[in-house]
Amino acid sequence: MSTQAPKNVHLTLCVNGESQEISFAPYKTLLEVLREDMNLTGTKHGCELGECGACAVLIDGVPVLSCLALALECEGRAIDTVEGLAHGSKLHPLQAAFADLGGAQCGYCTPGILMTAKALLEKDASPGREKIKEAISGNLCRCTGYQQIYESIEEGARRMREGER
Amino acid sequence: MMRLPWFGFRSPASVGEAARILAAEGPQAMLIAGGTDLLPNMKRRHQTPATLVSISRIETLKKVGNGSGAVLGAGLTLSEVVASPAVRENYAGLWQAAAQVATVHLRNMGTLGGNLCLDTRCNYYNQNYEWRKAIDFCLKKDGEICWVATASKRCVATSSTDCAPALISLGASVRLVSVQSEREVALADLYKNDGIDYLARRPDEILTEVKLPSPAGWKSSYWKLRRRGAFDFPVLGVAAAVKTARDGTVEEARIALGAVSSRPFLTKGGELLIGRKLGDDAIAEAGAKVASAAKPMDNTDLDLYWRKGVVAEFVGYALREIRGDDMSETRTRITRHAL
Amino acid sequence: MSAKRRFDVIGKPRRRVDGRAKVTGLTRFADDVVLPRMVHCKLLRSPLPHAVIESIDTSNAQAHPGVHLVLTGRDFPVTFGILPVTQDEYPLAPERVRYVGDPVAAVIAKDEQTAFEALDLIKVQYRQLKTISDPEEALATEEPRIHSYGERGNIHRLQAYEFGDVGEALAKADHVFDDVFFYQGNTHLPIEQHASAAAVDGEGKLTLWSSTQVPHYIHRALANALQLPPAHVRVIACPNGGGFGGKCDLHNHEIVVAKAALLLGRPVKICLTREEVFYMHRGRHPVTMRMRTGVTKDGRITGMHTQTLLDGGAYGSYGTASTFYTGVLQTVTYEIPRYKFDAARVFTNKPPCGPKRGHGTPQPRFGQEVQLDKIAEKLGLDPAELRLSIVAKPDTLTANWLKIGSIGLAECIRKVVASSDWKNRHRKLPEGRGVGIACGAYLCGAGLPIYWNKMPQSGVQLLLDRSGQVTVFCGATEIGQGSDDVLAAIVAEVLGIDPFDVRVVTGDTGITPVDLGSYSSRVTVMMGNAAIQAAERLRDLIARAAADHMDTLPDNVGFAHARVFRADDPGKLMSFREAIILAEEKFGTLGSVGSYTPPRAPGRYKGAGVGPSPAYSYTACVVETQVDKATGWISVPKVWIAHDIGRAINPVLARGQVEGSVYMALGEALMEEQVFRRLPPKLSNALVHKIPSLLEYKSLTSLDMPEVFTELVEDPDPNCPFGAKEVGQGPLLPVMPAVANAIYDAIGVRIDELPITPDKVLAALEKKAKGENPRVGPERFPDVPYPEPMQVLPPWEGGDGNAINVPRRSAPKEKVAS
Repeated sequence: MSTQAPKNVHLTLCVNGESQEISFAPYKTLLEVLREDMNLTGTKHGCELGECGACAVLIDGVPVLSCLALALECEGRAIDTVEGLAHGSKLHPLQAAFADLGGAQCGYCTPGILMTAKALLEKDASPGREKIKEAISGNLCRCTGYQQIYESIEEGARRMREGER
Repeated sequence: MMRLPWFGFRSPASVGEAARILAAEGPQAMLIAGGTDLLPNMKRRHQTPATLVSISRIETLKKVGNGSGAVLGAGLTLSEVVASPAVRENYAGLWQAAAQVATVHLRNMGTLGGNLCLDTRCNYYNQNYEWRKAIDFCLKKDGEICWVATASKRCVATSSTDCAPALISLGASVRLVSVQSEREVALADLYKNDGIDYLARRPDEILTEVKLPSPAGWKSSYWKLRRRGAFDFPVLGVAAAVKTARDGTVEEARIALGAVSSRPFLTKGGELLIGRKLGDDAIAEAGAKVASAAKPMDNTDLDLYWRKGVVAEFVGYALREIRGDDMSETRTRITRHAL
Repeated sequence: MSAKRRFDVIGKPRRRVDGRAKVTGLTRFADDVVLPRMVHCKLLRSPLPHAVIESIDTSNAQAHPGVHLVLTGRDFPVTFGILPVTQDEYPLAPERVRYVGDPVAAVIAKDEQTAFEALDLIKVQYRQLKTISDPEEALATEEPRIHSYGERGNIHRLQAYEFGDVGEALAKADHVFDDVFFYQGNTHLPIEQHASAAAVDGEGKLTLWSSTQVPHYIHRALANALQLPPAHVRVIACPNGGGFGGKCDLHNHEIVVAKAALLLGRPVKICLTREEVFYMHRGRHPVTMRMRTGVTKDGRITGMHTQTLLDGGAYGSYGTASTFYTGVLQTVTYEIPRYKFDAARVFTNKPPCGPKRGHGTPQPRFGQEVQLDKIAEKLGLDPAELRLSIVAKPDTLTANWLKIGSIGLAECIRKVVASSDWKNRHRKLPEGRGVGIACGAYLCGAGLPIYWNKMPQSGVQLLLDRSGQVTVFCGATEIGQGSDDVLAAIVAEVLGIDPFDVRVVTGDTGITPVDLGSYSSRVTVMMGNAAIQAAERLRDLIARAAADHMDTLPDNVGFAHARVFRADDPGKLMSFREAIILAEEKFGTLGSVGSYTPPRAPGRYKGAGVGPSPAYSYTACVVETQVDKATGWISVPKVWIAHDIGRAINPVLARGQVEGSVYMALGEALMEEQVFRRLPPKLSNALVHKIPSLLEYKSLTSLDMPEVFTELVEDPDPNCPFGAKEVGQGPLLPVMPAVANAIYDAIGVRIDELPITPDKVLAALEKKAKGENPRVGPERFPDVPYPEPMQVLPPWEGGDGNAINVPRRSAPKEKVAS
């Protein structure tokens, strides 16, 4: 457990459509770089071992766990976090539905679930309940019992189909 | 926050270059693909490689080849394996296994090769550095005693891969490439019954692809036991593949077990079926035979005697599914997945 | 209280006022606090369950590049503890460690990685002491004592109360049921790990941001622990990423970062790892219980005797209260004319237990409701009908002098019986499938605060100004349950405005009036009553100003839809903002306060302070199970639950609380366990948490969660704001016993302990096949040296609420060790 000469790496990450040059310790995962080096604290963490789903973000549109992604490997990839979900000040239909229908209680697992649900709806505009359950089965929520999350995703999907965005 | 230790990082573009780096850096270098197994382990200080050699940029590891059988690149993510129509149609057992690994997110990251090389697991080992210090560590890492079986000279950590038993039952082999050699080994021979030295792969070798024989005449099935419908590693995996003649007589059969030993392995249960039809009696006999080979240890979730006790039932699920019984209600109830 | 019967805000499903922040990632949880010059803290924790610290050498850690400060027990001479009677914890252990995970030293460094590396450079010499791993061992071990205070040996608390002659009641019963149950411990597992940041402000005063449910208690305790004037300490409770009772104690790390910030003069932050969260624990006590209940042949209870033994872990925490709660609330659900309870809590070398959702009551509730199922079967009664026939009556006192106000339990039972098609399913489903019913009750706020005082338990302050803005201040804490939304809704309802036009400022001891915190399901009732009072006081001022302007009397002024109008002529109106301007002109700067103190409880005996509440909520639940006979595998396809909420402030949030309770309850019923691993004593003294991870501590995923059918019963309670009772904890209580009862209905086996796992089911089925008693559960209740009970006569036996004896204690009490 010795300290090696700490030397930051310097690279460009594209987060929420914006490229930013950043410098960070090379051992950092994408989660740490987002939260600590880019001040994007919307992405949460509950275990840092891939056991809860709180840190889920999209990389090239695919939901992954930022706690197990080396930031070093993220150059040139499109990273999407909860901060990029709204359109200006207009909430994404999923965000609005989660806020309206109890999909977020404490709100801590919410960013990971929103990003996961966004990826689902981009593949399938009207997923059934079973598909939604499967899609978010890697996101633990201790507050809701999931039902209002399903309903929020269904309502978000409905609003998206109706062209809210 | 759990953090990785310091490491050097290389990201070669080809298998050859990766092999050269491994050869040059020695065992202090470790391959990383999806990172879903290695990075948690590094955060818990199980492994502290000086250099991580990422193979995720190597395109040739992502190929899918067809012939009489199939060739799957080791770098395919588990989600890519699940999305492959060829896998779904021809190798149901593998498809079912891959589809039940961990969670959606982890399948999007973790690779087929990574799942096959998964570090063995034990709930005395898969703990943080501080926790392991509190038990004075264990045989598998930094300690001298196997706390699961204190008299054991051998580490009894559990093989927890889902894909391996499925692929063993399907008769798969894997290709291992190093600077010095390139070899193909039957997947069953990749594993050793030792929780520490669990792979016959040398540290300088790269597992590049999985070869599957022709599916003609074969049907396969995989049943996973775990507490929850997602996240959990198997505490029992039963994989069966059966080749039958037109009249339903079994010509060849393989039943493999996962998560009840330090390696996934082929049982003698399949041999009992040859020349017979998949009747209830034959299935029960095979179940009993397979169950006798299961040696679960008290180092995973759920009671070990109970885990052993349900092996025959799970063999029955797999064989009945192969026979053509509608197992969808049972599958949903037991595994929480419709599949 | 508002006289109006139709509501504009209350009872309408709405987006919660903090919803937008939660879905945009803007909600600032404690670990999201980032301050200039901030440094990071990690704690070195004991690897031994029980030991004396002989020496600590921190020199190598001090010298490690990037390390700013190393602290040890020497830096913290003062003990702390959340209850005034158990000040038994140290921020960092000076000489004794009591469980694996007990903090010993702290490193503050430029980043977490550096701090983590430096931890390994601290050398601690320990001398090991005997490990005490479970209650029976604790009862049997006089020495060593984990603490030098308590009853004697390793017994922390003994409590015994008898309300009427229970021996006689049992003797006169037609049947006496005598059962022993075990409820395994489990933990809160908020997805947010505890985090705290401390900083010294421009005036040299301390601010602590923390993931806490109880900023007021933390404020008091932190000031005391650091020996600072409380007026120089400010505690800001960040919205919690889940609490469930786990963030109700003052925690070691909160004191450590505060001290470090004071010493370094720069901000210091800590965020616990998941493993450390398991060590903080304060979760559900493992409880072994014996219940003896006398019943008549038609199912009326003649008397009940409950005995409990709690495994407290290594410190007091809320344990004294937890111990009471395993007894006191058994009486508010059904008519129990005589009642006796004996309770004991012991110390063991494990992380301390404390309050988790339902605090001390789910364990005996499980026993009582499973036993009722056995009673119904023996007497040939329908378990739902049996319960209906013995439901407690409204506006009555219980045997132990608790005041029941409204009770909607019968309606709850009728609702779940109807929605689940109970009559056609119970004892009628094919083998392997079954339904079970159970009920529960819970507090709407503990009647007394945790430290003795006569001040209000909740205060609300309102500020309005000519811009039309309304700001409400309250010390209550948003932990996900929706307390900010309740506060905004109540103020908005009274003032006739939109909840989104109310700015909510909560959980900050520097700027918000005292509220005791988000625990004991107290916030809606206590904060809500205070908010109504504050808002009505302001409304009266506005009404007076507006009345002058509209040539009417204040009583004739209405408030709705951001308008102020003549009630008898709604066409005469002005905007809410115009009315505020009139009021500000007339009265000067506008503000008001409201406060709430619960009614005095009728019990007068020592100990009567635990259990009283302004109101009780009630729940009934039916669970369906499917049990696989070959494997014992358990599925729960559906849950029907009805909760007597009095009135739902925001039905969206209320339903979320019910469903979330069912979720957590199913975890406790089927898989969650906070369990420990003792290594072979010949080889090691180790006693470690078996599974301190989110992977191996099993919390249900979406795929494991059944469909839940929720109904809210609205029977407004006069003590509650707009009649609204609690909903955060009560709905958890009936679920576990309903699962156990449904398993019995499915396959005829009794699992008298939690969690109910497939191996236990299979073991019981094997017993059944052999013709043995098809039951898995504890075989006996341990010998516990309960003292002579304090005797209090029930109200209907001529009692006046005082004890009629002065019981002898089993052993003299000693002062807390220092």
